[in-house]
Amino acid sequence: MNRFDYVRAGSIAEAIAAASEPGAAYLAAGTNLLDLMKGGLTHPTRLVDVTRLPGLDRIERLPDGGVRVGALVRNADLAHDADFARAYPSVAEALLSGASAQLRNAATTAGNLLQRTRCPYFYDPASACNKREPGAGCEALGGETRGHAILGWSEHCIATHPSDFCVPLVALDAVVEIEGRAGRREVPLEAFHRLPGDTPERESVLEPGELVTAVRLPGEAAGFAAHSRYAKVRERTSYAFALVSVAAALRLDGGRIGEARIALGGVALKPWRAREAETALVGAAPDAAAFRRAADAALAGARPSGDNAFKIELARRLIVRALTLATAGTPERMPALPASVFAPASGDPLHA
Amino acid sequence: MTIPLSLTINGTRREIALDDPRVTLLDLLRERLHLTGSKKGCDRGQCGACTVLVDGRRINACLQLAASLDGAEVLTIEGLAEGDALHPVQAAFVEHDGFQCGFCTPGQIMSAVGLIREAQAGDDPERIREAMSGNLCRCGAYLGITEAVRDAQSRMNQGNAA
Repeated sequence: MNRFDYVRAGSIAEAIAAASEPGAAYLAAGTNLLDLMKGGLTHPTRLVDVTRLPGLDRIERLPDGGVRVGALVRNADLAHDADFARAYPSVAEALLSGASAQLRNAATTAGNLLQRTRCPYFYDPASACNKREPGAGCEALGGETRGHAILGWSEHCIATHPSDFCVPLVALDAVVEIEGRAGRREVPLEAFHRLPGDTPERESVLEPGELVTAVRLPGEAAGFAAHSRYAKVRERTSYAFALVSVAAALRLDGGRIGEARIALGGVALKPWRAREAETALVGAAPDAAAFRRAADAALAGARPSGDNAFKIELARRLIVRALTLATAGTPERMPALPASVFAPASGDPLHA
Repeated sequence: MTIPLSLTINGTRREIALDDPRVTLLDLLRERLHLTGSKKGCDRGQCGACTVLVDGRRINACLQLAASLDGAEVLTIEGLAEGDALHPVQAAFVEHDGFQCGFCTPGQIMSAVGLIREAQAGDDPERIREAMSGNLCRCGAYLGITEAVRDAQSRMNQGNAA
């Protein structure tokens, strides 16, 4: 790990001023940042510790029935907040399907949004990577690409965004609150992360020094609470990133779908909202044929970036699965294996 | 530049002048305070051998900069027993063969203590396994670990009710 200056910020203004210098990075829990620094993948010359900033660790109800989640709210605290989990159960399920209990106790709301890809070529300093070194090339192309992107990728980068949390958030129209030198602004989460294009080193719309202060969910997103699920296919049942994941939320209206929300994880360099699939479902009966039509619409633009054509069909099937689960209804209690596709419907343990 | 830190470690207040901001909580415990019970396995948050409680919550000590923990309370494996009397989780690991080589055990035990405090898993072995998935055991003592956690939790809950 390189040497750096450590600055503990006492106010948002102080933090922004300290982090606007070239080479500076914000430190919250550091669960991803320290991992990257230990691997020699990022080399900040100054860490601005924001963990003491007042007021950013709160979950606040809003007048419209929505909720504002402070940037420093820990993943575990949000997932286990009973009111939050009741209103936004797919978000709680996604949170609990990610990482380990230790990491969820530390990792923050804003940190989850800003975590870096787990592309193995990004993580290997001996491999060329346009994210680490713009213009160096992408050694993932033509390499081991089983887990890479199938949507929105470019010849400069085929990595995926690893977040579970962001997938239902983007489906439910979450908004990111940002403070910077020029003041406060808001960005829909759907527009927060950037697709790689020819500048894969630019991963979000944040400008130097800008600080995420909160993530907001609108009140109307709680209207999906009765039919919301998150489903995640991964290489092992727990403590693994998604190969493909799906957040599905439905508002049922007299046996028909009144409104649908669908987003995918593990398929692109951003959480992927599938609006065509949502439109395809409106007015339809919630059955397998309608779900398959929606899945086809969601993946219409997908193409493999290597040996990962299977992810396209996997994503289609997982959309059908997540919509089927959502139609059956949000479970009373969080499943023992959150988001697992192996969880039995009966509630019996998977393993004896 | 030194960073002054005040930490309560296993009930004892420690004033520390940190000369390097790169020191993680794990390195502070092991290299500077000579509390070597917390183990360095992967040093990247993947194995759980370094699990300790900070302000009552289990975390990976290898991914936490000591500098950012000023004022925190830290509980490590060394602070668990009361004299010669083992903590119920320690006793249950012995009783149920919850280890073989023992390298991951301090992390497993601290993680189990954290899990029981979180009170989310109940007595369901599936939930206990899921909640312990951040702790790897290369000897494969998982059956014993799960039984130890169930047993210790049940004894501690009975103790609380009494």
